[in-house]
Amino acid sequence: MENNHLPNYLEYRGKRTGLLGWLTTTDHKRIGLLYFYSMMTFFLTGAVLGILMRLELIAPGRQLVDAQTYNAFFTLHGLAMIFLFVIPGVGAVFGNFMLPIMLGAKDVAFPKVNLLSWYLYVLGAIIVLTSQFMGDGPPDTGWTFYAPYSLKTQTNVVAAVFGAFVLGFSSILTGLNFITTMHRMRAPGMGWKRMPMFAWTLYATGWIQLLATPIVGITLLMLAAERLLGIGFFDPAIGGDPILFQHLFWTYSHPAVYIMILPAMGVISEIIPTFSRKPLFGYTALIVSSMAIAFVGYFVWGHHMFTSGMSEGARWVFSFLSFIVAIPSAIKVFNWTATLYKGAINLQTPFWWAMAFIFVFMIGGFSGLVVGSLATDIHVHDTYFVVAHFHYIVFGGTGFAFFAAMHYWWPKIYGRMYNTKIANIGLLIFFTGFNMLYFPMFILGLMGMPRRYYDYLPQFQDGNVISTIGSWIMISGLIIIITNLIRAKKQTGKIVDNPWNGPTLEWSIQSPPTLENFEELPVVTHGPYEFK
Amino acid sequence: MNSNNQNMETAIHTHSDMHRDDTASKLGMWLFIFTEILLFGGLFIVYSVYRYMNPVAFHLAHEELSITMGLINTIILLISSATVAMSITAIQKGDKRLSLYMVGATILLALVFLINKYFEWGSKFEHGMYPGSDLMDMLSNGDMLFFSLYFFMTGLHGVHIIVGMVLLAVSWFKIKKDAVRSDKYALLENSGLYWHLVDLIWIFLFPLFYLIH
Repeated sequence: MENNHLPNYLEYRGKRTGLLGWLTTTDHKRIGLLYFYSMMTFFLTGAVLGILMRLELIAPGRQLVDAQTYNAFFTLHGLAMIFLFVIPGVGAVFGNFMLPIMLGAKDVAFPKVNLLSWYLYVLGAIIVLTSQFMGDGPPDTGWTFYAPYSLKTQTNVVAAVFGAFVLGFSSILTGLNFITTMHRMRAPGMGWKRMPMFAWTLYATGWIQLLATPIVGITLLMLAAERLLGIGFFDPAIGGDPILFQHLFWTYSHPAVYIMILPAMGVISEIIPTFSRKPLFGYTALIVSSMAIAFVGYFVWGHHMFTSGMSEGARWVFSFLSFIVAIPSAIKVFNWTATLYKGAINLQTPFWWAMAFIFVFMIGGFSGLVVGSLATDIHVHDTYFVVAHFHYIVFGGTGFAFFAAMHYWWPKIYGRMYNTKIANIGLLIFFTGFNMLYFPMFILGLMGMPRRYYDYLPQFQDGNVISTIGSWIMISGLIIIITNLIRAKKQTGKIVDNPWNGPTLEWSIQSPPTLENFEELPVVTHGPYEFK
Repeated sequence: MNSNNQNMETAIHTHSDMHRDDTASKLGMWLFIFTEILLFGGLFIVYSVYRYMNPVAFHLAHEELSITMGLINTIILLISSATVAMSITAIQKGDKRLSLYMVGATILLALVFLINKYFEWGSKFEHGMYPGSDLMDMLSNGDMLFFSLYFFMTGLHGVHIIVGMVLLAVSWFKIKKDAVRSDKYALLENSGLYWHLVDLIWIFLFPLFYLIH
């Protein structure tokens, strides 16, 4: 430990020390790490289930598990990945850690509520996981809980639904906290137009969390009430309307996609200027596009239901709006590439991750237009094409940005640099595996292979074999990446305050930050991306 | 929910210049209220859809509800909104005694509301009308949806009444201990805001279930 460094937040000794010091902390940085460790656990659980599913699908017929177990696998894989990893994801981990520092604040507006959010997250996760082992067997509905099957199945749906409800509560409180923080805690001189893009995307995300999550909350409560009390909300046999369930579910769950992707876009918007040594191109346009995505994102949910039974007028409008929402996403990609133009590009690991993000995100985005148009959706709906599309967007988008953020901020969080060479090799293997895993699914989908099926016809086998091999390559890359980062955390290498010459406030303080981030409150005199 | 966060002195990490920010607490409460409105908003949509699908059944079923009971509860909640507003004005003017009385009166009115509700629900239960009962299963689809929504929505509203009562009770004790006082009343104000929300929701529930034609 160098002498000119003050004790950092990791070394800080409060009233309580050790594990208890972490579990009772209200420090936004420690809470960010609590989210990080719990989230990585669930992410790896989900990944193992994914690998097992891929292994099962390597050939037609039974390989590993029976059909019912397979159904439970994809349900838990979806629940863990969606509700426990990508929805809180970038925001809860890096938002918690970086947002107050980027604003020049010492913490979020409500530190205790922040800790409560994490406890609710863990409680929700525990409920979701116990639903696997209690009652009449693990839920087999998929993460979407579609009625009426979710009302009829004998499995333990109520617990999973209740867990998702609690997780929604956690998500709402995080959003509420971040919005208030940005309204009230900005340092002197930090006007709205001087906030880093990552903060802006968290702001847009916060509003979606607040205004969309309650809808799924109440829907899941209705579903639970229907199962427990026999109230006929969604069961057509007693007057309910299962399509209404889908409407309510997607009213949240489509905006939830933007809860996942917006902070991810924020991360990329931080990385690209830092490694191009240029201000972010079209800063205002990026703010407007973030808010536009949040706003228009509310009105496109119907595109999940083109084949469920909707009037032609409604389908037309939902399809049109889905194309509209692609515009702000495209604005972002154009602005990122324009930032690169004539930049002094520094080819470091986070930059490579950002580039990989843009590549897979564009494949995901364009395939989104395919499923967003009415005629083609009829053909590819509920096929592997959709599976490929959303893994390119959700994993390729949010997941890649999560890893990009890890590599960008790791030296700030732990004060240690990782081995960049191994990190780059890990990324290359991971990226190759990722594309090998998911790209064949586009083709399988176009050939007509339905999603969520346990078995398939022999003509689909080639694609499935490639895909399964891809999953092995990807997981090898993942292991390299994670071990490399963990090793960096343990080794006592050189402490680096600002290894990338980052322009935003978090790079102006020591690594790892002190408990209060800033010894004296910074006064901000210029925008976020000014390079000298 | 987040209203007593000014209480930073109890935070584990005592940040040296952590100051109270009443505007932030109030903003937080408003944001939380938005989520509550959306929560009930989902139910209002479900109500609208099923009423549109079963107009006659909903009309006939609503006649089973007692307008008098609903009206009394509406009046109770309106008065309670006034008393909670008065308690805030009283504490702003430094009148602790009056503020305590007014918060007490609000809690009391909330209790009367719940008692009223208990009898209202009770009489339905006596007739064998409750979610999951044999009678409910025998009803037509439209009737069953009406009563299901009635129990679900007024039940959820009742839960909110209880949460509001807890917030007000906490405020009462804090006023008593001078933790809420004329220069520091964000907690009471937030509890008041929450109480007005609970009120507002009832203002929509009352016509939807009791007064429809």
